[in-house]
Amino acid sequence: MSKFRKKAKVKQEIPTSSMPDVVFMLLFFFMVTTQMRETSINVKQQIPEATMLKKLARKSLVAYMYIGEPKKTDEWGKEPKIQVNDVFIDAKDIIQWVNSEKAKLQEYERDQMTVSLKVDSDAKRGIIADVETELRKANARLVLYSTRQKLTE
Amino acid sequence: MPRPTPDIPNASMADIAFLLLVFFLVTTTIANDRGLSIQLPPPPEALPPDMDVKIQERNLFKIQVNSFDNVLVEGNPFFGTPNELTEQIKTFVLNYGADPNSSDSPEKAIVSYKTDRGTSHKKFIEILDAVQAAYYQIYADNAGVTVKKWLELSSDLNDPENRKLYDLGRKKRPDGTVEIPMALSIAEPTKVGGN
Repeated sequence: MSKFRKKAKVKQEIPTSSMPDVVFMLLFFFMVTTQMRETSINVKQQIPEATMLKKLARKSLVAYMYIGEPKKTDEWGKEPKIQVNDVFIDAKDIIQWVNSEKAKLQEYERDQMTVSLKVDSDAKRGIIADVETELRKANARLVLYSTRQKLTE
Repeated sequence: MPRPTPDIPNASMADIAFLLLVFFLVTTTIANDRGLSIQLPPPPEALPPDMDVKIQERNLFKIQVNSFDNVLVEGNPFFGTPNELTEQIKTFVLNYGADPNSSDSPEKAIVSYKTDRGTSHKKFIEILDAVQAAYYQIYADNAGVTVKKWLELSSDLNDPENRKLYDLGRKKRPDGTVEIPMALSIAEPTKVGGN
């Protein structure tokens, strides 16, 4: 019994003097990597999973479009809607939107513009097909269906 | 006489730093720009009106999905996993005329994918992923790299080394045509279920 008591008297301390340094290092890491979202997304975004993901080479050539059920269903209804920038648009306005996005790019890059479709899992194919038809008309034919990486095996 | 140096209390520095750290941890969104890429066909108006291509039945691999997310593959109900579908497409594409009911050559093989307006996006992505997986696996095998490496190199074709492997994987001929093009036709959805 006495043996144990002896051991318990040894005081152990973790050095805490370097803790602020460690915390600051983490802080700087997150400060540098963080990106403020410039648009607030007003539609549900439960992105589906897939395995064969491709990465977009150049971010400046990407235009984002969000499709899903509106978050404020009492205001906008339950039908999936199309959001670009900060507003909901109808399918017929897509051509105009594509042209304004293309105008932001250099002339030689315009045919390389990719439209990233961030579509909710529960959205139906119908609305997406309408969007695709309009994109074809607007000659923005490179499309990326945004997905998450499926964890396999 | 030495003047007393003013001391800034630094006991709370760690707390302040923690507060900032938590703020940035919460606001950070790791940018996610990955997904399945496809190229849409030109608009219907841009196609010549008299274009009527005859495709032999054997060269067509039909996938249909209805508004209840049920799948038909080549006219038969399909209940398997996406991996099984991928294997079926691979044998279809790489048939080279061996089986009279399957494709003549990879160049002529076409995967036709038709959905309904009521099909969920989730199911659409699942099947599209399986189809693309079949082609990417074939390409990666030809180029002698892993599928993951293939996906990486095909998104950066400005690098001549990547371009070489890319052409090798798709078996590009000297005249510029490709022996194994990814011929995926996504048809206009039917209007049974949904607006």
